Amino acid sequence: MKTCLVVDDSRVIRKVSRRILEDLGFEVAEASNGVEAMAWCNAVMPDAILLDWRMPAMDGIEFVQRLRAEPGGARPKVIFCTVENEIERIREALDAGADEFIMKPFDGGIVAGKLDYLGLAA
Amino acid sequence: MIPSGDLAFVSALCLQQAGLKVDAERFYLIESRLAPVARREGFESPEAFIETLRLRGDARMAWAAVEAMALPEPEFFRDRVVFQQLTETILPELSRARGGEPVRVWSAACGTGQEVYSLAMMLADAPGLAGQVELFGSDLSERSLEKAQAGIYSQFEVQRGLPARTLVRHFEKIGESFVLSPRIRQMVRWRRVNLLDDLGRNGQFDLILCRGVLHQLAPAAQDKVLDHLAGALATGGRLVLGLKDTPGLEFERLGPGIYGDAAEGERSAA
Repeated sequence: MKTCLVVDDSRVIRKVSRRILEDLGFEVAEASNGVEAMAWCNAVMPDAILLDWRMPAMDGIEFVQRLRAEPGGARPKVIFCTVENEIERIREALDAGADEFIMKPFDGGIVAGKLDYLGLAA
Repeated sequence: MIPSGDLAFVSALCLQQAGLKVDAERFYLIESRLAPVARREGFESPEAFIETLRLRGDARMAWAAVEAMALPEPEFFRDRVVFQQLTETILPELSRARGGEPVRVWSAACGTGQEVYSLAMMLADAPGLAGQVELFGSDLSERSLEKAQAGIYSQFEVQRGLPARTLVRHFEKIGESFVLSPRIRQMVRWRRVNLLDDLGRNGQFDLILCRGVLHQLAPAAQDKVLDHLAGALATGGRLVLGLKDTPGLEFERLGPGIYGDAAEGERSAA
């Protein structure tokens, strides 16, 4: 079973994302900021990471930059999932090492489409 | 709740005007699709709108209803495997066969433009093919065509099938909307076409995409549209249908959703 780590400081978003991802056949883990997410990844790298931008204790950009420098950190597909929706912000996320970008609000169809595009269809 | 007689009336209207099959399984769509049309026309409910339509038989209003029922659920790069095949093999082959002449490509039910713009963006990003392909988009719906031509999409729409890198490369954000670059928009020419009409005046095409249409049509209309498309396909041309569509015997399957003229295949095999 493929694994996805949901990183968001909102419990509601984590819950919604978990439901969508479990419906898509993923095993889901949760973290509420970049520091927690990094601890998860150091223990076991997930197949995918759904990543918020603005979070206390290490934001999404810093997290993805650090992740990519870790051994095995190039492998997970990182999808930003954030209220940021300016072209410049999307470019910044991709340049920092993200693979895809979802602008909130989102639904299951959008998440499924992005995962499918990244070759992670369950 | 729309009375069953009204549902049957809308269904018959769609069949008669566009060969569109709105059977009992799709009746649930009538209320949601006609509600915005009814509002636009100044009615307080879809029921009131249909009632007036039945009494007055107003051609413009009838057409607005048919258009709304024909709307596809649009997505960029729908069935990615098809687009990959088009850029990797089909278009380079057609381009070689044309020997320098532009390859004419027609998105025959382009809706709000996502399919033909997906092709345009792919061509712009594939230097070998850019400039060798002419793109045409047509649709039954004037409103869809207007939106397609404007190339303005909502945040929700640009997240349907469009990779983030493609979004960043070809769109700019104006207000809350995402606007396709003039460079991509200018690659496409537009025309309103009802596929049930004679297509003769539109010329011939090397590649025709007609996806998500046939399975919506009644059998007689399907045959007619396939006949018209066969007539509009240039010698050696390719037809792209939806993955769920099945064409008539005159077409030979060449790949997922991709077809050629069966008679031609037989000739070249002989």
